[in-house]
Amino acid sequence: MSIVVDKDKCNACETCVSSCPFDAIEMKDDKAFINEYCNECKACLEVCPEGAIKEVKIPEPRAQSTEHRQKLQDYKGVWIFAEQREKKVTAVSHELLGIGRKLADELQTGLSAVLLGADESEAKELVKWGADKVYLCEDPALEKFNDDTYTEVLSKLIKEHKPSIVLSGATPIGRSFIPRVAARLRTGLTADCTSLEIDKETKNLLQVRPAFGGNIMATILCPDHRPQMATVRPRVMKKGEYDGSRTGDIIKVAADGLTSRTKVLESVKEVSEISVNLHEADIIVAGGRGVGGEKGFKLLEELAQVLGGSVGASRAAVDEKWIPYSHQVGQTGKTVNPKLYIACGISGAVQHLVGMQSSDVIVAINKNPEAPIFSVATYGIVGDLFEIIPMLTKQIKEAKGL
Amino acid sequence: MDIIVCIKQVPDTAEIKIDPKTNTLMREGVPSIINPFDLNAVEEALQIRDSLGDGKVTVLTMGPPQAESALREAISMGADEAVLLSDRAFAGADTWATSYTLARAIKQLGADIVFCGKQAIDGDTAQVGPETAEFLNIPHVAYVKKVEEVQKDSIRVQRLMDEGYDVVESTVPVLLTVVKELNVPRMPSLKGKMAAKKTEIKKMGMAEIGADENDLGMKGSPTQVRNIFAPQFKTERRMLDGTPEEQVNFLVKELKESQCL
Ligand SMILES: Cc1cc2nc3c(=O)[nH]c(=O)nc-3n(C[C@H](O)[C@H](O)[C@H](O)COP(=O)(O)OP(=O)(O)OC[C@H]3O[C@@H](n4cnc5c(N)ncnc54)[C@H](O)[C@@H]3O)c2cc1C
Ligand SMILES: Cc1cc2nc3c(=O)[nH]c(=O)nc-3n(C[C@H](O)[C@H](O)[C@H](O)COP(=O)(O)OP(=O)(O)OC[C@H]3O[C@@H](n4cnc5c(N)ncnc54)[C@H](O)[C@@H]3O)c2cc1C
Repeated sequence: MSIVVDKDKCNACETCVSSCPFDAIEMKDDKAFINEYCNECKACLEVCPEGAIKEVKIPEPRAQSTEHRQKLQDYKGVWIFAEQREKKVTAVSHELLGIGRKLADELQTGLSAVLLGADESEAKELVKWGADKVYLCEDPALEKFNDDTYTEVLSKLIKEHKPSIVLSGATPIGRSFIPRVAARLRTGLTADCTSLEIDKETKNLLQVRPAFGGNIMATILCPDHRPQMATVRPRVMKKGEYDGSRTGDIIKVAADGLTSRTKVLESVKEVSEISVNLHEADIIVAGGRGVGGEKGFKLLEELAQVLGGSVGASRAAVDEKWIPYSHQVGQTGKTVNPKLYIACGISGAVQHLVGMQSSDVIVAINKNPEAPIFSVATYGIVGDLFEIIPMLTKQIKEAKGL
Repeated sequence: MDIIVCIKQVPDTAEIKIDPKTNTLMREGVPSIINPFDLNAVEEALQIRDSLGDGKVTVLTMGPPQAESALREAISMGADEAVLLSDRAFAGADTWATSYTLARAIKQLGADIVFCGKQAIDGDTAQVGPETAEFLNIPHVAYVKKVEEVQKDSIRVQRLMDEGYDVVESTVPVLLTVVKELNVPRMPSLKGKMAAKKTEIKKMGMAEIGADENDLGMKGSPTQVRNIFAPQFKTERRMLDGTPEEQVNFLVKELKESQCL
């Protein structure tokens, strides 16, 4: 494929120039010109009022030899990397098993998990959450996360067993070492996916992810290399179905002579008392600049407490040091999707919205009726949070008979 | 200690708007800036150079010829040298091909510490740092929020994690990707601005880094962007009315009914 401009139709309106995420359209001799930075993303096609930009089929320069295609066929099965902290599998692994199961069923293939540095009991849990097979390496050197050792073991396993798809959580751990694995295996990696599907025709993995600070979504393909690798944003995929009677194979893997050039000397927890894990919370009461200070956050805490929820924050509130960074929701903080998200004094910048928009019910309290947060709110209240919140806390207390 | 800082010129995505009719980006008038995290990386490199009192800081970018302005800005902050990787063959690179290209150049230039930003605010992948370290066959630490100690052959840093941070020690040479909490980047100085005008920028292309065309640019990229579309937000929206009291009453009733309470 190639994107071309029909010079006769182009009237030099320049609309396309600013629509291109790759800065690949320029004006040349008073016509739009597509330069070598074009990624063929097709964003410009619909933009042109004259219909002058088209996609043309040219003999695929990427098309590989039949021998290469055959090699791709050798790769089968869906894998997920199951992350553990303190030897306990984390919630994102259950979500990966949920989406992994769906993809594997559609491809009529198996679902395997790779678990490093935990015990067999945890591997058995992964089976109950949906894995057909678990590759387990119990080596104590893998208990703590190190990029070198994790890269070494996972790359080796992939080379040996040739899965077609490998998924990991887009967590600090996954986003740190999975790129090394992809580089080593000379394959593609799609970052921070929010949706994954199988292309009906080609059976390739369609990987959807936000970019440009959440302003656009892109569908990414990895057609000619295997495995197709992706990190998946936590709290976006539905967890697998837990079935205590499900059985599967646990394959123990030995790792000899693992060495690492980095060493974790100490792990420091920095969570304030008010927070339970935001990722796990069913209800989140979040505050922004409008909360005005630590005193304001006390009000939110009280509300969160009667609701049995946790407290989140916008970056503005974190920047003001009213609450630690671990509470930040959004593009550079956490992605959450609780049953109920109450946004108080948060304007609703796109970088905040991408972190919470998939919550089931969103309540927005803001004194500015024009605040963009209202565009995603299930219920919007225009008003002063210092008046509304105490009232809400009181009523919920009564409703719950506390 | 020689330090290379990888910087990327990006559109200021905080300024970007979406055309509500066509659902596409409106980049018009959006300024090009140095990726914000890369400024933290430059700052840290300068601090290390100045506290050790030896070595130099080189800034490196891969991009179109106009990316030169980002390099000059970094020099005005105090960087010593600048290298522009520019070649038609580099265009359209995904993170694999970008990292491969950067690594080839870094090998030629030589460095004890390589700094990258945590992620670029346009591509947003956060993959170029770790992938570059892999191609260089050196260790990396991602999400560095503090550099505690730098020695000749080891370094100790704090790495941001989900619920706190890890203290990590690494051998040197090493690649670090940094977050905003690391420091406050300095403003360009007058002396720096003068230097930025005079400094010659070294240019490298495919031949200079000794790479194969099949590993570069779009040709060398395993991933492809199939299409781009606008994010979908929930639209069911209901503004409550009445007195604050009435609104709160109504809300509590609704939340009870939808089993949120
Ligand atoms: C690369 C990048 C990454 C970012 N990542 C994130 C991120 O992860 N998370 C994030 O949140 N932001 C992020 N941001 C910042 C984001 O763009 C916004 O600046 C930020 O979300 C604004 O926070 P806010 O809504 O609390 O503050 P403001 O925008 O200042 O809004 C405060 C709101 O409070 C309301 N208000 C004031 N007083 C009251 C009152 N008494 N009662 C009721 N309402 C009141 C006001 O009407 C206003 O709407 C990022 C930005 C960039 C460029
Ligand atoms: C919408 C969209 C989606 C994309 N999705 C993917 C994807 O899922 N997978 C993929 O492999 N590619 C993807 N790409 C391509 C990717 O954006 C480019 O390869 C880009 O050159 C590097 O990735 P990044 O911007 O995400 O950088 P990041 O990896 O986020 O950058 C981290 C750091 O690396 C350094 N760095 C990055 N680029 C350069 C450079 N050119 N010169 C010097 N230093 C640099 C900087 O220090 C930067 O702070 C996508 C591109 C677009 C437009």
